[in-house]
Amino acid sequence: MTSHSRLKITLLQVLVAIGFLLAWHIATTTSLFADPRKMQFFFSTPTNVLARTWKQLSGAEIWYHLGITLTETILAFVFGATGGVLCGFLFARRELLAAVFDPYIKAANALPRVVLAPIFALWFGLGIWSKVALGFTLVFFIVFFNVYQGVREVSQTVLANARMLGMNERQLMRHVYWPAAMTWMFSSLHTSVGFALVGAVVGEYLGSSAGLGYKIHEAESVFDVTGVFSGMLILTIFVIVLDTIVTMIENRLLVWRPGQSTTTANG
Amino acid sequence: MQAVSAAPETAGEAARPPAISLAGIDITFALKDGGRYQAVKGVDLSVAPGEFVAVVGPTGCGKSTLLNAAAGLLQPSAGKVGILGEGLAGINLKAGYLFQLDALMPWKTALQNVAVALEPQGVPAREAEERARAWLARVGLRAFTDRYPHMLSGGQKKRVALAQVLIRDPKILLMDEPFGPLDAQTRQIMGNLLLDLWAQDRKAVMFVTHDLEEAISLSDRVVVMSAGPAAGIVGDYRVPLSRPRDIADIRLDRDFHEIHRQIWQTLKVEVQKAYAAGEGRDMA
Repeated sequence: MTSHSRLKITLLQVLVAIGFLLAWHIATTTSLFADPRKMQFFFSTPTNVLARTWKQLSGAEIWYHLGITLTETILAFVFGATGGVLCGFLFARRELLAAVFDPYIKAANALPRVVLAPIFALWFGLGIWSKVALGFTLVFFIVFFNVYQGVREVSQTVLANARMLGMNERQLMRHVYWPAAMTWMFSSLHTSVGFALVGAVVGEYLGSSAGLGYKIHEAESVFDVTGVFSGMLILTIFVIVLDTIVTMIENRLLVWRPGQSTTTANG
Repeated sequence: MQAVSAAPETAGEAARPPAISLAGIDITFALKDGGRYQAVKGVDLSVAPGEFVAVVGPTGCGKSTLLNAAAGLLQPSAGKVGILGEGLAGINLKAGYLFQLDALMPWKTALQNVAVALEPQGVPAREAEERARAWLARVGLRAFTDRYPHMLSGGQKKRVALAQVLIRDPKILLMDEPFGPLDAQTRQIMGNLLLDLWAQDRKAVMFVTHDLEEAISLSDRVVVMSAGPAAGIVGDYRVPLSRPRDIADIRLDRDFHEIHRQIWQTLKVEVQKAYAAGEGRDMA
């Protein structure tokens, strides 16, 4: 974005949305490409999707499902982040432990976590805990690697300075290693919250009786394309709201960081 | 952490033992390729209480390495480090160390950075904060107590670092080109600030720099180190300039030019040697 004004960019962005919706509308309500009824079966129509979304959001049921998904996301994030911070910290401070476990951690991280979903459903049932477990395996590794790297790469000068100030191991931990670890955890906040949500939704999709993933799956199983799209739209709104909250938290917690950059990556 | 009195033979000899005494110091590093690099060889250097000693030498000559040995941050391969008459084992807690690079904790404000320096001494948090506030005022940062390091200029960060070191009231100050990254004017201002603060209680200072003018204008004694590897001391000069000094004015003094000329004769040879050996090699 060099010399283009903010207003111009916003206008063009709105134009893209209108163009997309218009194309969708024309394609599905006229016989330009195919029989509208056939088109609507596969693609629904923008007005139907918006109407359904509005109806859902003004009803009570969807909020229950959103609540379930949110609970799973938060639990997966809290457990995953806590585990990741503790393990990352421990491994960074214990060379031997890190060396011994290195190949196993890499192997575990290389495994596509989705394949674990059925196992988790078997172990933890179809309730929220199998989704929390799936989200945990995603969040844990992101936070773990970030914290591990962060603690190991603490500025040697800052560390030497703290030691020259007479700090003992416990004080170094509290004033140097811990803040460094937290920094790295927060810098992966967007990614890890995103993955916690992925874990929750994918888990619900694969087997559950509540949550947004379940709603989408339910609509899909009866070929209710309008329901699928409206579920996706609600999911998108949900992610944007969550991401905005994370950004707000991040800005508060990382005030000391120079020109902080935000990493946005939702799977 | 102290103890292990390694120098009983010097104990009764002088009324005031040297603040820092380095005797027969060798420092050798193991290199990654399996080889060894001897940075410092056979260095004897003693800094008296209240004395301001500058160590100059070409870049990469091992002067910072020597300073780290005095700080206890690294163990010499041979020789003895004595601090105020006692052998040094582990970190030198009687010394404050001012680093060349940013050493402040970036996640703490100026005030927190200074106050935390008192925690190892067991000073209660509230009192530490009050004293830190007073120290920040002394270094001219009264209005910047709540700023994080990245919101401060290079000179302001050095002021915070100075307050952080001095609030502990160490007997010895070790400085590793602390004003190196600053611009010329800020260096002079910081130099004068340092001399002002130093004059109040005259701590023993070991000040490492490659800037001869800075060395002369600040110190009582200038020690010249040879080019590495196996760097040693090749010159030791007393600076015949009276105090108090103004860093900017003293450079115009006739005596300043005379001593500068003398030391430069020695230093020039080493700088040329270091240059010939390849400028890039930076072991400092």
